[in-house]
Amino acid sequence: MKLTFIAHDGTETVVEARPGDTVMSTALAHDVGGILGECGGSMMCATCHCHVDPDWTAATGARMDGEDDMLDCAASEVTQTSRLSCQIRLTEAMDGLVIRLPEAQV
Amino acid sequence: MARVVIIGAGHGGFQSAMSLRDEGFAGEILLIGAEPGLPYQRPPLSKAYLKTGDAAALAFRPEGFFEKKAITLRPGLRAEGIDRAAARVHAGGEAIAYDHLILATGAITFRPPVPGLERAHELRSLADAERLRGLMDRPRRIAVIGGGFIGLEFAAVARAQGHQVAVAEAADRLMARAVSPEISDRFRRLHEGLGTELYFGSPAAAVDGGGVDLACGTRLPADLVLLAAGVRPDTGLAGEAGLALENGIAADATLRTSDPQISALGDCASFPDPRRGIRIRLESVQAATDHARAIARRIVHGTAAPYDALPWFWSDQAEARLQIAGLALPADRSVQTPDGTVLRFDGDRLSAVESVSDPKRHMKARKLLAAGGEADLERLAAAAYDLAVL
Repeated sequence: MKLTFIAHDGTETVVEARPGDTVMSTALAHDVGGILGECGGSMMCATCHCHVDPDWTAATGARMDGEDDMLDCAASEVTQTSRLSCQIRLTEAMDGLVIRLPEAQV
Repeated sequence: MARVVIIGAGHGGFQSAMSLRDEGFAGEILLIGAEPGLPYQRPPLSKAYLKTGDAAALAFRPEGFFEKKAITLRPGLRAEGIDRAAARVHAGGEAIAYDHLILATGAITFRPPVPGLERAHELRSLADAERLRGLMDRPRRIAVIGGGFIGLEFAAVARAQGHQVAVAEAADRLMARAVSPEISDRFRRLHEGLGTELYFGSPAAAVDGGGVDLACGTRLPADLVLLAAGVRPDTGLAGEAGLALENGIAADATLRTSDPQISALGDCASFPDPRRGIRIRLESVQAATDHARAIARRIVHGTAAPYDALPWFWSDQAEARLQIAGLALPADRSVQTPDGTVLRFDGDRLSAVESVSDPKRHMKARKLLAAGGEADLERLAAAAYDLAVL
């Protein structure tokens, strides 16, 4: 399945992703940049903040319990489409998912 | 500055290299790690990795990252000495010059003088975790020496896999150094509910091929023994080089050692805590990464504001997630709120908040404590200990 990351400066990176992985681990494994994921996906930091493209928010679903509070600590502006990318686990239904990256993570 | 050399490629060492580049450092960066392979995350070794065995998922970044960032990674290279007069690190027959040196040597497993203890396994590195996983491919009778984070995380995974598990803790409660008696008790009940046998108040006296003898005379039969009775800062190189030591490599408020050309971070370093006004040493991912960022900023920009990041910790044991915001000492008073959260107080000052599987509460506590100073006991009591009111 394909996953597209759009950096804050508009640069697009398309990567081959695996269902079951998270958006965060996919970004790190492909060295996409713009996502830090300091706590390794334990939802202890807010350095994997991303914006889900509005066309895909239904597929990625609602924020997990506690994610709102963690996002309050994010370094860049948080919007309705903001998620912690460690909390988005990829499914086949997300083939083609588009993720936009914020300006900064710390 | 032309070249920064980093000894230790764990969380702090890796973050130092990355932060130096992020802050715009244009010189050479040499990252020396004693272990083979790419730098990797340690927290999952006692949690997810034990279940999945997926070592590739542990790497911080793929190999290409290091090339792209012009970070020279030297895995499998053990630093043997520091020649401060010549500003060189001796490693594997090389003398590696540095303009600034960062010590990120981490910690080593504490090995008390117990006969037969060499039979016990430890859980610090990926190699340790791989070995343990291999041994757990059939039903085992496991004895864990030490009821701290690592021992209990391991015990929970082992029980879930159906092994028989006994944990021996020398203190009278679990995680006594890190959490309140109330949280210790909650996790005692959790582990008892999982079917883990717990023994308190008696250290291990001997280990042999058939198990562990406790000082009180109790025998724990075991065909697999894990030693998880804490760690000690790895100060070997620093001590031999004549750097000041004080519960770790003594660093100042800007994380410089007694040699201004050398910084120290993470598990191996002690530093002044601005909140308590004492020297502390933390064993956490948070401290390693926040220290690394502070050191990188100082090297690149010359700014040296005193380090004051709020400590935080977490531990996943079975379905329970323990989260701690702030730093409490064992003597800090504890107040348990009706929802089970425990507030710790250093005198009247809120020092830490311990919560279980309540990420909202944890983040609120972190924000409150990071803002600092507002949460004294009287005000919290008046607000029925509701952190959200403040």
